[in-house]
Amino acid sequence: MSVWRNLPLKAKIGAVVFGVFLLIAIFGPIFQPYDPGFAPPDATLSLNHPSAKHLLGTTQLGQDVLSQLLTGIRLTVILALAVGAIATVLSVLVGVTAAFLGGVWDDVLSLITNVFLVVPALPLLIVLLGYLSTEGQLSTIIVLAGLGWPWGARVIRAQTLTIRNRDFIAASRESGEKTWRIIIFEIIPNEISLIVANFVNTVLYAIGASVALAFVGIANLESFSLGTILYWAQDNNALQGGAWWWWIPPGLAVALIGTALVLLNSGIDEVGNPRLRASRGSAKIAGRRVWTTDPTPVLAQLTASRGRVGAFLHSFSRSSLLDETPAGGELR
Amino acid sequence: MSFLLRRLAFYLVAAWVAITLNFFIPRAVPGNPVAIILAKFPGLSPEAYKALGQVIGGTLDKGSLWSQYVTYLGHVFSFNFGTDLAQFPTPVSQILGAAIPYTLILVGVATAIAFVLGTVLGILAGWRHGGWLDRALPVLMFFQAAPYFFIALILVYFLAVQHQWLPPGQGFDASTGVVQGWNWAFISNAVQHALLPAFTIVLTSVAGWMLQMRNVMITTIGEDYVVAAQAKGLSRSRIIYTYAARNAFLPQLQAFGLAIGFVVSGALVMEIVFSYPGIGYNLVQAVQNKDFPLMQAIFLVITFAVLVANLVVDAIIVFFDPRARAREAA
Repeated sequence: MSVWRNLPLKAKIGAVVFGVFLLIAIFGPIFQPYDPGFAPPDATLSLNHPSAKHLLGTTQLGQDVLSQLLTGIRLTVILALAVGAIATVLSVLVGVTAAFLGGVWDDVLSLITNVFLVVPALPLLIVLLGYLSTEGQLSTIIVLAGLGWPWGARVIRAQTLTIRNRDFIAASRESGEKTWRIIIFEIIPNEISLIVANFVNTVLYAIGASVALAFVGIANLESFSLGTILYWAQDNNALQGGAWWWWIPPGLAVALIGTALVLLNSGIDEVGNPRLRASRGSAKIAGRRVWTTDPTPVLAQLTASRGRVGAFLHSFSRSSLLDETPAGGELR
Repeated sequence: MSFLLRRLAFYLVAAWVAITLNFFIPRAVPGNPVAIILAKFPGLSPEAYKALGQVIGGTLDKGSLWSQYVTYLGHVFSFNFGTDLAQFPTPVSQILGAAIPYTLILVGVATAIAFVLGTVLGILAGWRHGGWLDRALPVLMFFQAAPYFFIALILVYFLAVQHQWLPPGQGFDASTGVVQGWNWAFISNAVQHALLPAFTIVLTSVAGWMLQMRNVMITTIGEDYVVAAQAKGLSRSRIIYTYAARNAFLPQLQAFGLAIGFVVSGALVMEIVFSYPGIGYNLVQAVQNKDFPLMQAIFLVITFAVLVANLVVDAIIVFFDPRARAREAA
């Protein structure tokens, strides 16, 4: 439990709120009072205010909003977790491979990563899903994961580059460990916090993107996710008609999940970077807040040694500006 | 070769990847988009049929994949995006020409405001680390974490539906009889319609810039040269702006370059919420109508815009970073 105790307060709040939504996603649909898709033929049930019978009111078709919400949270959370898991695996694969193999491999993979970082994701998602059928969730998951890895790959590559040059890696290499063993048992355990942060980030991206896609109508509109509920609410002019109980609950659910993930993430950030913590580290001297200088010395930026092809490819990246040596070679 | 030329080469590669993806996606997806379209437009004229073939290929277009690709590249470079299907026979480029100014002006201005405001607030929050502005950051972060369109819907509900202070959507009000063009009646009408969308963009994106700038500021303030400046007894504003913020601004610019894609994505959703007649609104309309030529052209236009914006950011970085300037001169 020491990990939990060391987490900053905001990370704890984020974890608890997200945990609540996870529980809703797992157990919520058991408690739903009605079938979310059931539209009673009774016209008096259309757009009812929240009441004891329908705790969150009804839609245009008389469907129960609470039941839709419970199903929607499950669908959205599952989709986001699946995308987060797949994209994180891809990020780790690309990032670690690039940094560990180095040389031309690194530069080609970095080039691909940079290209996918610069091509705008949402329009590409819309175009891809416009062609693919949106009948199931699978195509959405694959496309979201397929475009969600470059950010993580970039960060993980940078971290792996610094770990790669540490003594314990050299030691295990000298003792004849195979490359894949070094990667799985030495490198990955040492970046687990980074990978977790990246997973949280990707889940956040997946929730935002999937809800946005569903909201604009590019999703399976037959199923109930938080985004499709909002789509139907917007489609039926719930806003103009004053049916706030139809669009506020799903919107608020997305907002709460998103905020929880952001809090969790910035909390994890603070564990890794002590300076970002609140004013604990500062002292007031003569009425001015003074911060101690960085407690951990900043290591010199280690750049991978590059061959001629590598240096050439690297010189096209924006980060080549920050190299200490003009050709982007290694630091001597 | 100078840094900017190398970056230009990189963006050309990225553009080529996007163009090629755009060519292969419709030809690679399972299922048959051609059949969908033919079912949707039973009375397709021969010209429309040909236009369709150029975009989707398959059995519609003649020649090998390679010759199709070469033809397609030629069309892209001459900005010939073919003919629109939903509004046949309007050329796609004409629809684009009508939509681009709306998006460019609104999103450009709103993003610039958000970036400048967020950076200044971030400088202040980072300097007074733990002060009231810093403590207000979680509240602002809620606006960023909440889905953009939810915030926008709430604002529309209160400001446009309940109080009718601002128009709830559209680019301008056609019922007042204004004519599109550079006349005052139209411009004032359009600006009035742009206020609420612009405000929602600023509100939801300012926290991101602020957080980023604050974090870099905090790290920069700990540097020895800032402590040295304080020890010299320089005025506070000089320390903040000339010593700390000046250096913290470079990572902020880098982050701006990386985030342009997200800015554009946010703008797409904004246009849907407000039925704003820009690029994003047209894109989603195109997808819903299976209007593939328009859809693909919009994707390319957005990508090119993002790449150009990135190049501009690179130029600004070179301008602000003395190390980069030195290397450019060398």
